[in-house]
Amino acid sequence: MAQANPTVVARVGANRLSLSARLHETWRQVKRHKAGYFFLAPFMILFIVFTVAPVLTAIYLSFTYFNVLQPPNWIGLTNYRLLFLADDIFLKSLHVTVVFAILTGPVGFMLSFFIAWLINQVKVRLVYIVAFFAPSLSGIGMAFIMRIFFSNDRYGYLNNWLINLGILDEPFPWLSDVDTMLGVVIAVQLWMSMGPSFLAFLAGLQQIDETVYEAGKVDGVKNRMQELWFITLPLVKPQLVFGAVMAVVNSFSMFDIASAMVGFPSPEYAAHTIMAHLYDYAFLRFEMGYASAVSVIMFIMMYGLSSLFRKMLSTKGEY
Amino acid sequence: MGTLVPSLRRRSKIEREPIWIYLFLTIVGTGMALPLYLMVIQSIKPIEELFLWPPRFYVMRPTLENYTDLVVAASRAWVPFSRYVFNSVFVTTANVLLYVLICCMAAYPLAKMRKMPLAITIFNLCLAALMFASQVTVIPRYLLVSSLGLVDTYWALILPGLGGSFGVFFMKQFLDQYPDALLEAARIDGASEWGLFTNVVIPLTRPAWATLIIWQSMQVWRDTWSPMVFTHSEAMKTLPLAVSTMFSGDLSVARQGAQAAATFLESAPLIILFVIMQSRIISTMAHAGIK
Repeated sequence: MAQANPTVVARVGANRLSLSARLHETWRQVKRHKAGYFFLAPFMILFIVFTVAPVLTAIYLSFTYFNVLQPPNWIGLTNYRLLFLADDIFLKSLHVTVVFAILTGPVGFMLSFFIAWLINQVKVRLVYIVAFFAPSLSGIGMAFIMRIFFSNDRYGYLNNWLINLGILDEPFPWLSDVDTMLGVVIAVQLWMSMGPSFLAFLAGLQQIDETVYEAGKVDGVKNRMQELWFITLPLVKPQLVFGAVMAVVNSFSMFDIASAMVGFPSPEYAAHTIMAHLYDYAFLRFEMGYASAVSVIMFIMMYGLSSLFRKMLSTKGEY
Repeated sequence: MGTLVPSLRRRSKIEREPIWIYLFLTIVGTGMALPLYLMVIQSIKPIEELFLWPPRFYVMRPTLENYTDLVVAASRAWVPFSRYVFNSVFVTTANVLLYVLICCMAAYPLAKMRKMPLAITIFNLCLAALMFASQVTVIPRYLLVSSLGLVDTYWALILPGLGGSFGVFFMKQFLDQYPDALLEAARIDGASEWGLFTNVVIPLTRPAWATLIIWQSMQVWRDTWSPMVFTHSEAMKTLPLAVSTMFSGDLSVARQGAQAAATFLESAPLIILFVIMQSRIISTMAHAGIK
């Protein structure tokens, strides 16, 4: 050990030297990019004040007991311990969220890209784009239309069709049956999933220069699928990263429509996502500390997943 | 679009616009539009047709009753209906214009000044912020707004929404797609950074910011949380909040028609905005000149 010391010291010294050199270099870069900081300033001020500060406060609250009326009371990791050891409904909601996220995230992402890719290959676009994008603009009010469509009685359009076709003998309670409830919510979420990612894909696809495709043909691209895989996808990578991250965020944070359709809390918690659990504690029980702990866990899950997708999509790690 | 289509057709090996694409898009698209169609149909059904069995996909005696009911119900409040409309339009316009400008400005250095210290950290922070549930930040944000003395003002409805990082992420990804060489060329020609921003970045990213305008308009227009939390007086309510309090908790069948009408009235401006903006999103000549 003692013999190794001189080299360690030398290495530390070298590090210190390069550190001050690096600091100098950093300062040079800061001065060089002065304009960049001016461009960032308005956003950063608002972002720090209205987003970063509240988020940090919420993280602090997750270590406290806070019922909104009395000042928060530090209780360490108790909220987290309760969540994983004593809260069966939370564990149930984890399960529901994973099923929900696996089905809506990747499927929604791929569907948006696939549809955008198809639309990009035809001349008549507007009518299709409106048809696919408009659902994502329709808000919580659509839950009522969906309730009529999937209604449990024979007034429901779906039941009426299935009975007419002879598939069902009597109306099926789509919205209250434990086995179909989550499926219906997933279908509605997918219906609304052609949002900004879809438009981003469309716009990204249109930016691709047609000469790239010509060059690809010369290089031996034979069919549509090869063209998609070797030329198109790499060129819209930034948009794909955006779409993947938003798919993760959306699949975890969907709540409004679900609760308006199947009720809140849903029967037997069959459609109870983490978000629903958070809402329950934040606004019905006013246990903000506990709700904040739920949001921290949700955050960790989302961040982990989206980092994974970003790694998978970026070869050079620069996005 | 005009620049793309003819050259795509020239390519013989891989057929452009095969009929199966049209067929597929039409079938799936019809399915997508079906609930929207139902919304419109439901909103013009007279009350006796709402209860008809079997449920119908058409209206026999279309009526605007549901819409007039809505306006009558709304005008019973002591604040005139037009006030809600004004609040919504004003807040949405102000927020969206500021937000899009701020986001474009912030995304530019994050995407195109890779050597700028802190750029990557800031970007990762923006991404992380997207994943934190806004429900639990409501109270800290309320305390903030009230300590700034902004409660019950238009500022309270406009400012907090400007701190979201969605737009920066969105714009940054688009700028990533463009080669840096283009900006370098302009820099060598002696363009100032602001000049680059207004003459190169803004025109290039037109499809992106046009999309952002639509999406942010939707977010602000539909947001019933902010007016509920940050304002107290009736005169500060926005249209969706006023409408949703009118129906609060009333899911009865009798209200279906008026509910559908309200949903339609809320969505219509957004869809119209989209159709107006789409020419900026769909046709793009930005990349055609760069080889």
